[in-house]
Amino acid sequence: MELSLFANWFLAGLQTLLLIALAPLLLGWIRACKAMLHNHSPASLWQPYRDLRKFFRKEVVVADGASWLFRATPYIVLGTMILSAGVVPLVATDLPTAAIADVIVLTSFFALARFFSALAAMDTGTAFGGMGASREMMLSALAEPAMLMAVFTLSMTANTTNLSSTIEYLLQHGLVLRPSFIFAALGLMMVAIAETGRIPIDNPSTHLELTMVHEAMILEYSGRHLGLIEWAHQIKLMVYGVLIANLFIPWGIATTLTPEALGIGVLAIIGKLMILGVVLAIYETTLAKLRLFRAPDYLSFAFLLSLLGMLSHVILEVG
Amino acid sequence: MNKVMQFLSQIAREEAESTGLAPAQLWTLPSERWADSAALLAARRWRFSAIWAEQVASSFLINALYEQQGQYVLLRCQLSGSLPSLPSITPYYPSANRLERHIHDLYGILFSGHPDPRPWIRHCAWQVADHPLLKEFPVAGQVIHSPTLPDLHYPFLSATGESVYEIPVGPIHAGIIEPGHFRFQAVGETVLNLEAHLGYVHRGVEKIAEGRDATGLARLAGRVAGDSTVAHTWAACRAMEQAAQLEIPPRAAWLRAIMAERERVANHLGDVGAICNDVAFSFINAQFSRLREDWQRVNAECFGHRMMMDKIIPAGVAADLNLEHIGLQQKQCRVMLAEVEELAEILDRHTGVEDRLATTGILSPELAQKLGCLGYVGRASGQEFDVRKHAAYFPYDKLNFEVSVLQTGDVKSRLLIRLEEIKSSLNLLLACLTQLPKGALSAPWQTPTQGAEGLGIIEGWRGEIVSFVRFGASGLISRYYPRDPSCMNWTALELMIRNNIVPDFPVCNKSVNAAYSGHDL
Repeated sequence: MELSLFANWFLAGLQTLLLIALAPLLLGWIRACKAMLHNHSPASLWQPYRDLRKFFRKEVVVADGASWLFRATPYIVLGTMILSAGVVPLVATDLPTAAIADVIVLTSFFALARFFSALAAMDTGTAFGGMGASREMMLSALAEPAMLMAVFTLSMTANTTNLSSTIEYLLQHGLVLRPSFIFAALGLMMVAIAETGRIPIDNPSTHLELTMVHEAMILEYSGRHLGLIEWAHQIKLMVYGVLIANLFIPWGIATTLTPEALGIGVLAIIGKLMILGVVLAIYETTLAKLRLFRAPDYLSFAFLLSLLGMLSHVILEVG
Repeated sequence: MNKVMQFLSQIAREEAESTGLAPAQLWTLPSERWADSAALLAARRWRFSAIWAEQVASSFLINALYEQQGQYVLLRCQLSGSLPSLPSITPYYPSANRLERHIHDLYGILFSGHPDPRPWIRHCAWQVADHPLLKEFPVAGQVIHSPTLPDLHYPFLSATGESVYEIPVGPIHAGIIEPGHFRFQAVGETVLNLEAHLGYVHRGVEKIAEGRDATGLARLAGRVAGDSTVAHTWAACRAMEQAAQLEIPPRAAWLRAIMAERERVANHLGDVGAICNDVAFSFINAQFSRLREDWQRVNAECFGHRMMMDKIIPAGVAADLNLEHIGLQQKQCRVMLAEVEELAEILDRHTGVEDRLATTGILSPELAQKLGCLGYVGRASGQEFDVRKHAAYFPYDKLNFEVSVLQTGDVKSRLLIRLEEIKSSLNLLLACLTQLPKGALSAPWQTPTQGAEGLGIIEGWRGEIVSFVRFGASGLISRYYPRDPSCMNWTALELMIRNNIVPDFPVCNKSVNAAYSGHDL
């Protein structure tokens, strides 16, 4: 029993490590899909890893007036993202971390990271940092309720805000067509796109400082600090991907800790993320970025979808 | 127009021997009538085109070029004395503001009544008392054994009030573009005012032109603005040829037109993609970049240079097209017409792009008229003027083409004008390639007499380029002044961005795409 508890924690740690290690690969995959859709020959899937290695090797340049907050933020942001990665069930549900795998915990981790990013952005006193922070706050204030609403729709069905329990509940009840889930899934996807700084809310590949949201906040970072933040951002993208993949298409995830079940779990999540990556790449290729003040409309629509999900749950699925 | 001519004949003397300055008519007037003439021309809605100075012995000549319906007048005024001064025409023509400050920085000529006493092009590279374009200033410049100081104390227009803040951008930008500083005053995301500070790429083109021979000047002109190398070289060569009273062989003129149109198409292709890329619709950018690359490879194959740099020389051209090249280009033009048509339709149907571009950065036709906006910036705001059409030079006077004009003046119309111009230029190219006459590529160069002057006005891809050349002794250049269309369009950018939101600036900027180097000289 002692050994088994140890083994379970080991597996939980391994799952978290797997998530943070694969995060750059997911970004590489999305970029490769986008490049192919543009008739470009894609960069290697390992390019994000090379970029990270480059950042970690480079010298760190810190602005003269920067305080400890500026230096601490990259570590705080990466730390909270690693914790979020530990919370999300990637391959298996029956792990000791399942006890804290709560959606409200997850949202709070994201909020914590954002709080520090915004403070650090304003710390150096540049116009871009303040501008980016203000835009990020405007967007996140609208994104968070929509995200909670979407996940609460699922929670109402499963009667829990625990992610692992929700997944297990869904697996037990098999494939049931729930209109509320379709609305919630669409709502959550829109939130994920806004929260991870993708088109049409933000353009991750732009060099135009004046148009940036997330990138404007981290303009002053360089070297190792930038590497930590970039990696954290990749983990966040991965966490959202896993959340959508495992909440709405939970099949394949390991509910027991046998080697076969875990193997299938790994293959299943890779397959699901690859499909999500393709969907995101197509979505980004066909859209232009929204005008900044249209972004609230977009997020209100995400909120509306989530709300519709909850209403349709109450009206159609209860009782 | 008659009224203007009548007025000019009362106050000024028409110079008969001004053949080198065709199509402009030269009038010399006394300095006390300088402001009156500008006031009358402005009231009659003449367009201000250029103003430049020149040192002749110990006195200065100030030249101002105006245009209406393809008719140009060049007003000239002679100034002498140790403190030369002239009334400013900026109160009547806002576009003259920076050009007059440019003259002040480089010649020390004072423009009385000028609303803006700040230096423009000087920055800190030379002393306040120095005026580099004076003949006594060494061409090599003054050797300073320390780095040029940054221009930290340029007083920008500032705004005060609750939640007003300032955004400094540049001169170093994140993309691979030229240097320039932009100072925004904003409330929240709304731009109250934008002020550009240019001059970071001042290379002293006007000074290093002095003492060059004709071939050397043509090469220099090709480097005034890299993306307009053909048009600037053509304008400079045309000015020199007019000064030398030289006719170039017809084949050379047709080849110049082919190169100029190919340059126009290449730049418009690049811009359409870049505008879409700025609103994160990178699919169109990928496609137009591909088309532009194909286009420039054919340039390299036919003319031996991707940008066709240095292929126009005084009295002719330095590249010829054989039948194979002509066939290749004709085929490419037809393919390009079809591809651009297809992509334009995708763009037209994309509501997301439409939402970003329509009503963004509106330049009203009234403002465009007042500023004398040129090229696609002017034509998207109701200013039809195109040198090729309205003051046609050979071979455009033999060609039939339409100039598209829109009245809305937003980013979308500047994009649409570009697409129309691509199509019109492709058709022009097809016409040129079929009509290309046989004959020599260049005429023998004739050294012009000392003091001979020439004007070259060419429609570059950004709009009207004005080049002025005066020869000194033994056929060497004593004065060269190129006026890039960017000088007018920069001011338009600063005014059109007001009341737009800060994140829309890059796409407005791209839709104007004024040259830093062409402006800074």
